[in-house]
Amino acid sequence: MEKSFTNKNDYWVANLKLVASLLLIWFFVSFGCGILFADYLDQFTFFGFKLGFWFAQQGSIYVFVILIFIYINRMKKLDQKFKNLSGKGN
Amino acid sequence: MSVQALTYIFVGITFALYITIAIRSRAGSTSEFYIAGKGVNPIANGMATAADWMSAASFISMAGLISFLGRDGSVYLMGWTGGYVLLALLLAPYLRKFGQFTVPDFIGTRYYSSLARLVAVICLIIVSFTYVAGQMRGVGIVFSRFLEVDINTGVIIGMGIVFFYAVLGGMKGITYTQVAQYCVLIFAYLVPAVFISILITGNPIPQLGFGDQLVDEPTYLLNKLDGVMTDLGFNAYTSGFKETIDVFCITAALMLGTAGLPHVIVRFFTVPDVAAARKSAGYALIFIAILYTTAPAVASFARINLFESTHNVSYTAVPEWFKNWEGIGLIAWQDKNQDGKIQHAPGNAFEPVKPIFTGKFGDQGERAIDNKNNSESNNEVYIDRDIIVLANPEIANLPPWVIALVAAGALAAALSTAAGLLLVISSAVSHDLIKKTFATNISEKQELAYARISVFVAVVIAGLFGIYPPAFVAQVVAFAFGLAAATLFPAILMGIFSKSMNKEGAITGMLVGLIFTFSYILFFKFINPELNSKDYWLWGISPEGIGFIGMILNLFSATLVASLTAKTPADVKEMVDNIRQP
Repeated sequence: MEKSFTNKNDYWVANLKLVASLLLIWFFVSFGCGILFADYLDQFTFFGFKLGFWFAQQGSIYVFVILIFIYINRMKKLDQKFKNLSGKGN
Repeated sequence: MSVQALTYIFVGITFALYITIAIRSRAGSTSEFYIAGKGVNPIANGMATAADWMSAASFISMAGLISFLGRDGSVYLMGWTGGYVLLALLLAPYLRKFGQFTVPDFIGTRYYSSLARLVAVICLIIVSFTYVAGQMRGVGIVFSRFLEVDINTGVIIGMGIVFFYAVLGGMKGITYTQVAQYCVLIFAYLVPAVFISILITGNPIPQLGFGDQLVDEPTYLLNKLDGVMTDLGFNAYTSGFKETIDVFCITAALMLGTAGLPHVIVRFFTVPDVAAARKSAGYALIFIAILYTTAPAVASFARINLFESTHNVSYTAVPEWFKNWEGIGLIAWQDKNQDGKIQHAPGNAFEPVKPIFTGKFGDQGERAIDNKNNSESNNEVYIDRDIIVLANPEIANLPPWVIALVAAGALAAALSTAAGLLLVISSAVSHDLIKKTFATNISEKQELAYARISVFVAVVIAGLFGIYPPAFVAQVVAFAFGLAAATLFPAILMGIFSKSMNKEGAITGMLVGLIFTFSYILFFKFINPELNSKDYWLWGISPEGIGFIGMILNLFSATLVASLTAKTPADVKEMVDNIRQP
């Protein structure tokens, strides 16, 4: 992520990587913690909630919000690098 | 002051506010009418999106559903919020970059085909009208219970308000009224939740309160609720009982459907640029999450209060709210064991499930019913899920102004969503059908006139749905999400992420998704409702979750057909390259 783009395709590839990794987390907290492993996680207690139940009714939603804001910030940086690239006339 | 007088005042003030905003934001061009001139601030758009999205179902029905489903109710919480991650990461920025007026616009242009546009318009109209019908029922319930006017009068007043600001201001008027409606509805949702959380657990934050210990005994609320429910023979509140595959598919279908709903997507056309589209998706989800994380707390408070205030209580000593709701037919009681007391138990109390009142009264003064006893269950009470949020302040004995506030909030939720839906229906008709398909040479002024006429027609049809509610409203919600997930979502997704997807592929995909999902739901909900159980479902997937399978079939068939037919034209590939850049 540190080095600058050499062409417009780099922007798209970086974007795809970012989206893929965020969607992996999205899938893990909702379908994973909230559904598939919810029964297993229920043996742990978290602020008075069974953990699987908490992910299903609270935690996954908080993570969703955080994911979108990470995306907004990272894309802002990518957009900036893209702008520098276009400025150079590549 | 009485609850009714206060409700009139609150509803009156909020309606006056919406009308004032509408008069101040009239639309003068098609761009203002369809997409508010692309000048909406991302935070305001976030609020408007939240109000647009949070319907009578979110405000009135969802907490009630969760209250009765326990952990299985999480499908709605995760499904209806998780879709925003997909929307923000996969659709919103690119659709904003594309920068046209409607969702069929994108599909028609990207797939260089007016047939693709037409299929998209059909999907959009089915999805949106299904959804409008639910809003009208919400408006009807609130008016008849709290303002004690005839349901029809209530629907006509509600439609009159929507008509006024949608026809006058189009998207511009709707956007700013939705911002106001968001403030009204979220305040109305939080106030009783905070009050009840303090009463039950001493914790003012409901999201933490429902994991907390009770005020009057050192037990965790959810443990207590699990205990009370298992003692009465119910499943424990915090455990899931639906099949995992079904829960998985329903959640997926609701998420994908949410991301594919035209009235939500079109909100991202109204902001100035791509960065603003991303930002407003983030704000929208924050504003939505405030209600969605409160709802499960409200659900568990309501369930425990319901048992404590009515279980084993004599009908003659039952709280006032019980009889009020019985009065409008959303609660019914039959004294099966002749002890004069109300008992809750698992299973439906009667056969058929909904009460049929005889017009006479029983021994205790209850409204007598004509239903057969369901002898397999000791349950004596029918409670409509939709009353939980509305009755909650009364159940918890909160002051009258809180009850009045909830009524105003429920109306804000129903009206804001109805307006958003009516606008996408009318723009699909005036822009996609009239301007782009049948009468391409009309002027902008004429198109604007057609847009206003279409809103008028859509409002009248929606009003008829409210006055003559189709008996199938509850059953058809599965259609809206299932069809959006199986048709519009994959078509847009592939349009952005796959340059090789061509018009033949996309049209085949949409039709396969549409026909498969539509027939599956039709078969189990209408043709053979007696077979609607997991023994007969495909892989144990209910009609609510089948949209997910429909989406997978769409992707497969589209890819297959695209690989066998002509390549995407070069100018369309160029357009895709262009929307991929910020």
